[in-house]
Amino acid sequence: MTLREQLRKKISAAFYRHGLLCASYPVPIILFTSASILTCCYPLLRLPLPGTGPVEFTTGVRDYNVPFHEPQGDLGERPDWYHGPPVAYIQQVLVKAAVSPWDSSLVPVDVFRSPLGKVFSLLEEIRNHVHTDSSGIRSLEALCLQVTGLFPGLRRMQSVLPEHGCLLVSPGNYWQNQRELFDSDPDLLRTIQKHEPKGLHTSATLRDLLFGVPGKFTGVSHYNRKRVVTYTITVVLSHYDASFLNSLRNRLKQLHPSANCSLRDDHMVHVHFKEEIGIAELIPLVTTYIILFAYIYFSTRKIDMVKSKWGLALAAVVTVLSSLLMSVGLCTLFGLTPTLNGGEIFPYLVVVIGLENVLVLTKSVVSTPVDLEVKLRIAQGLSNESWSIMKNMATELCIILIGYFTLVPAIQEFCLFAVVGLVSDFFLQMFFFTTVLSIDIRRMELADLNRRLPAEAGLLPQKPVPLRTREVPPPPRPSPHTITLQTPAFRNLRLPKRLRVVYFLARTRLAQRIIMVGTVIWIGILVYTDPAGIRTYLAAQVSEQSPLGDHGGGVLPPHLPVAPVFRGGDPTSTLSIHPAPDPTTLPENQSQGHLGPARAGRLPHAPPAGPQITWGADDEEGWRRLSFRHWPSLFSYYNITLAKKYISILPVIPVTIHLNPQEAIDMRHPQDTRHPPPSIPKVSADFQTDLTLYKVAALGLAAGVLLVLLLFCLYRVLCPRNYGQNGVAHGRRRRGDLPCDDYGYSPPVSEISPLLLRGHSMDIECLASDGMLLASCCLAGQIRVWDAQTGDCLTVIPKPGWGHVKLLLLLLLLLLLSLLLSHVLLDECYPLRRRSAPSRPPLFTNQPDLTPLIDTNFASLPPSNVSTPPRVGFDFGGLVERAYTEHEPPSTYPSPSSRSPSLGDSTGPSTQDSAVGTQGSGDVSSVWALELRGNLIAAGRSSGKLELWDAVEGSLRCSNEDSVSGITALAFLSNRIVAARLNGSLDFFNVEINKPLGLLHRGAPCRGSVPPSPCYSSEDVINCQLTRSVQCAHHKPITVLRAAAGRVVTGSQDHTVRVYRLEDSCCLFTLQGHSGGITAIYIDQTMVLASGGQDGAICLWDVLTGSRVSHVYGHRGDVTSLVCTNSCVISSGLDDLICIWDRSTGIKLYSIQQEVGCGASLGVISESLLVTGGQGCVSFWDLNFGDLLQTVYLSPSGDGQGVRQLLVLDNAAIVCDFGSELSLVYVPSVLEKLD
Amino acid sequence: MTTMSNSDRRQRPGSKESHRCSWGPYISAITNRTTNLFIRGGMLFSVGVFLALVLNLLQVQRNVTLFPPDVISSIFSSAWWVPPCCGTASAVIGLLYPCIDSRLGEPHKFKREWSSVMRCVAVFVGINHASAKVDFANNVQLSLTLAALSIGLWWTFDRSRSGFGLGVSISLLATLATQLLVYNGVFQYTSPDFLYIRSWLPCIFFAGVITMGNIGRQLALYEHSFLQQKTHQD
Repeated sequence: MTLREQLRKKISAAFYRHGLLCASYPVPIILFTSASILTCCYPLLRLPLPGTGPVEFTTGVRDYNVPFHEPQGDLGERPDWYHGPPVAYIQQVLVKAAVSPWDSSLVPVDVFRSPLGKVFSLLEEIRNHVHTDSSGIRSLEALCLQVTGLFPGLRRMQSVLPEHGCLLVSPGNYWQNQRELFDSDPDLLRTIQKHEPKGLHTSATLRDLLFGVPGKFTGVSHYNRKRVVTYTITVVLSHYDASFLNSLRNRLKQLHPSANCSLRDDHMVHVHFKEEIGIAELIPLVTTYIILFAYIYFSTRKIDMVKSKWGLALAAVVTVLSSLLMSVGLCTLFGLTPTLNGGEIFPYLVVVIGLENVLVLTKSVVSTPVDLEVKLRIAQGLSNESWSIMKNMATELCIILIGYFTLVPAIQEFCLFAVVGLVSDFFLQMFFFTTVLSIDIRRMELADLNRRLPAEAGLLPQKPVPLRTREVPPPPRPSPHTITLQTPAFRNLRLPKRLRVVYFLARTRLAQRIIMVGTVIWIGILVYTDPAGIRTYLAAQVSEQSPLGDHGGGVLPPHLPVAPVFRGGDPTSTLSIHPAPDPTTLPENQSQGHLGPARAGRLPHAPPAGPQITWGADDEEGWRRLSFRHWPSLFSYYNITLAKKYISILPVIPVTIHLNPQEAIDMRHPQDTRHPPPSIPKVSADFQTDLTLYKVAALGLAAGVLLVLLLFCLYRVLCPRNYGQNGVAHGRRRRGDLPCDDYGYSPPVSEISPLLLRGHSMDIECLASDGMLLASCCLAGQIRVWDAQTGDCLTVIPKPGWGHVKLLLLLLLLLLLSLLLSHVLLDECYPLRRRSAPSRPPLFTNQPDLTPLIDTNFASLPPSNVSTPPRVGFDFGGLVERAYTEHEPPSTYPSPSSRSPSLGDSTGPSTQDSAVGTQGSGDVSSVWALELRGNLIAAGRSSGKLELWDAVEGSLRCSNEDSVSGITALAFLSNRIVAARLNGSLDFFNVEINKPLGLLHRGAPCRGSVPPSPCYSSEDVINCQLTRSVQCAHHKPITVLRAAAGRVVTGSQDHTVRVYRLEDSCCLFTLQGHSGGITAIYIDQTMVLASGGQDGAICLWDVLTGSRVSHVYGHRGDVTSLVCTNSCVISSGLDDLICIWDRSTGIKLYSIQQEVGCGASLGVISESLLVTGGQGCVSFWDLNFGDLLQTVYLSPSGDGQGVRQLLVLDNAAIVCDFGSELSLVYVPSVLEKLD
Repeated sequence: MTTMSNSDRRQRPGSKESHRCSWGPYISAITNRTTNLFIRGGMLFSVGVFLALVLNLLQVQRNVTLFPPDVISSIFSSAWWVPPCCGTASAVIGLLYPCIDSRLGEPHKFKREWSSVMRCVAVFVGINHASAKVDFANNVQLSLTLAALSIGLWWTFDRSRSGFGLGVSISLLATLATQLLVYNGVFQYTSPDFLYIRSWLPCIFFAGVITMGNIGRQLALYEHSFLQQKTHQD
């Protein structure tokens, strides 16, 4: 065990170091890995291209011996398949026959009828040929390949192909090799055509098989202008007997001499056929591949929490694939040539190697603490999984080793590949994938955060500008633009980089083009290397057209590929042809132009008036012009497969037959003459065959169009109609279906555990903070002060009386208790409390509703126990008594309706008041406004009382009760407090500190708007004095009050905004322009003033002149909050829409649909980072681009309570108000990390 | 050929049902437990039939030439009742496994992911492929190799004792059943080997049982988690 532990520790340490290394030097490592992949793959270049074309090998005829079964050592260039006897020897007798001289009395049928008729006598000759020499008598019967029956499925071929006996095919088979049938056949062409398959066909047709030359070369048609008929008699031999074949050749040559024939007869070609993939094999193969893709899909689906899921999935697949390639490459390097069918074993190799490790790595790394440095995260993640990775790897190696000892060659080979693949996969995982992962994670963190940095904040305003200038000419600022036109343009410009790359790819169709080019090249190479392909075709074309070249230049172009062979074969004949015949001979021929016989090796002594029979180089290996499936299909009819075998093709025996016209006329069938003469004589014979090509093309085109239409329909059915519409994609989202931006991109979600600040028994009403401290007040009138850094509750007001340290200790102790118990109790009590609020009055008649009094949170309970040790337990008696008394005088203040979000819509003023002040001071009014500056809390109560509390000590420092009208809003700036009252009056207070010693400046100033707050020591006597009261500032309740930059701005329900100077409380401007009550005002240090009203309008004002800068309508319903940044104005309304406006032009840039009830919760963290609240979550948005950066769920269980208020502190924390709880979120710490 | 084809059965959670499982809303329409059971059985049945056909083809093509007469008809060349039998067997096995797991009270925790199931199916097809394509020196070697591969399959993807026991017993029963069929002349082997059984038959059966069980468990897991979710919501 100890050994195991040690090993484990060592492995873990090694992986840790390795992770550090990879994350530290990503670029060099990736380069190194790519280099090693390429090096290992280099030997693959020597492997043949995948394809099923046959390969050939030529040997001489004279010294030919049947190759031995066992390959004997190194035999030079001899291919490895060339051993053992071939399946068959193919002897073709190439017959060229013509009626000559051509007579005008002849009908077109005569072109081929009598030449074809000659096949029967030739067949007779071949069949009956007997060679006798010293070793005995040999006939064709003994040598030929005996077939025993057609393949069962080929009944229709029965009448045509020989069913038993010698495999000997010729055009005579159409007529069962019987001359009588041929003679009595009225229409030869129809007989031939009868057997053609109806549909389209790609492989060899019966006509090709029987004629042995491609259809258009046979000359069997009415439009044959050359009047030469070409066909072959194909004899398939199973044994090779040189002397018999020689005697046959000599005999035929003797009978039908082809004097001008220059064909070489000293080479035989061995053609090896690769394994063909039939449909039967294809189905399992396709199945395995489907399983493979499903495997990859399910595996990569698990990759999560990374910047680019697709990127990592791609990296994973690349890792596996290149490790496979590396293994094949390495194996070939060391002399192991793969004999297995790569396509078949490939899926299994992938499955064996697997993607598991990659996924495990990713999971492990992303589950490391987010606030660590990237390097350390990678290293930790690696070392966490090191043991399991090594264990798995060892297990797999063991299994494969066992497989190796099965001693089955195929399995051994597979195992060998798998071992090398596993090792190289491990290597790639460790180097390539880990590095990619580190880059990805770094990108993820950077992407969220780079804009947060103060250092970069200055760069930001410029950012969109170069973009605009580059892509679209910048819109001239002053000229009016309609909002609808401008919006999409701006949206398009402000795309994130990721999308820009995608769009670039889409615009240039880069990937598509690369794939297309690659495919074309691949096909090209295949076609060129294919023996039946373009090369031979080109050679044939060139040799056919060479006489035309002679017309012009008179010299054979030296670069023709056939020329050397041709000249070498018969130099004299070649040399003698070219200058002489063409210009001088046959005027008839000349008139026919190049349609006439144009063979290269034309006969000089051909009869001038008749068709000439010529022998060219392409006749030498005429079988090359056949489909390469020709021989496999011929043999497959007899249930003989050529896959992985080879056949030997012997040199053709040329036979030239000249028939005189009389013979042709004699052989005519009576109906032949009735055949109408060719109606379109100018149509070339080739045209007929070309027609099929056009048909194929047309059909293909139609199929393609159909496919596109089908896909389009599918797309329309499957895709939502509103795809890509602005602001709709993320509407009502539940937990589980994540918000995504307009392009369907859903950013990573991180669950962070926020600090939950619990303690209020009722919904939180006001929030105030100065960055260090956080004050909150609930409907019950209880004020709590929290440490904004740690989330500790420092003070409960009114409940003063404990020391700081004691409190902390207690809190720590009781936090545990409360965590345990509050879960149980709160779960039960919370709904009760919610329900009871509106129904309290009826309940009251019977018994007081005590639920708000039962303080279920133990964090606040114990202090009372500690501070008053003798009183053990909870004083229910007192509470009940108080509850009775408090319920009696409901103070009836008119509730300002515009304050609905904060003053609670469900709880009217009466119930508020009844719940207020149950503890401590006995004050019966609720807190309507709260401000915090330094360690002083200013609280404005509904009774019109202004109180100043010490935030740390929790003691009341002073209070002012000059007016009885409720304070609806407060502003606290340096030592001045402005209070707005319900009756529309505005009171200016001066806070006087008698011993002004402790004016410390602390903390960073609040987002540039607030001057450093003074800190008051507890000894100071603080006096709050009313300096001025503007009695009728507004004639309706003041709803908003904001102060900044020495100005106090008030907004009221009387549709006006007023600006006061703070020092002398003098009214500077009355701003009119709204047609509804003012609901939101924003003013900051730079004198930007924006106001929003119930009419949904937003006005921007110039504070210096009091003029309206711009006026836009953006919301249906009230504007609930307003924030400005340097470049834009962000507004939210009751319609739950957040709109972002360009500040200078007043143009709406874009809008974000919020969840119901969360519309008002928004805040700006930095110039470009917007945070909004949702159901149980907060989302971060990039203001410049309008895309969602991240969504943070605040509670692991995800009870979707909406964020009602959101306050951004200056230490990058966010305070969210969830009913009676506060949530303190540090903006994911990654934000502060800079890499 | 006919007899050979008989041996291949079961497995492969095609991408089809996995997709169906991921479409929560579709399943959520079904609240009834019995209906769910039928759906699972149906999926397993179709998987079994499909695999029987494909693997049948794999075995058939061993003897065919380049141009099989009619590929489609060769798929169905074996007795028509073989694929349905395989389907039924796979459905039974796939339902049996989670059932036994819950009876024994030891829920299967090992590698419960679709990717692992896909891997298992791929390996199973690979075993079949190997048995069809690789030329072994003798049948004992073939049997031993296949047995080792099957055990490896179990070790890699299952590792539960109940799974092993069930696999062994079912494969023995199935081999016995095929033997009985052969004795009664419903089938005959083209060439009986190694104790008059197709030597690789039990191994293939075993691997198939393991694979089908894997799929069945995964499907059951989906249902389970769905039901849990449902009750949670309520």
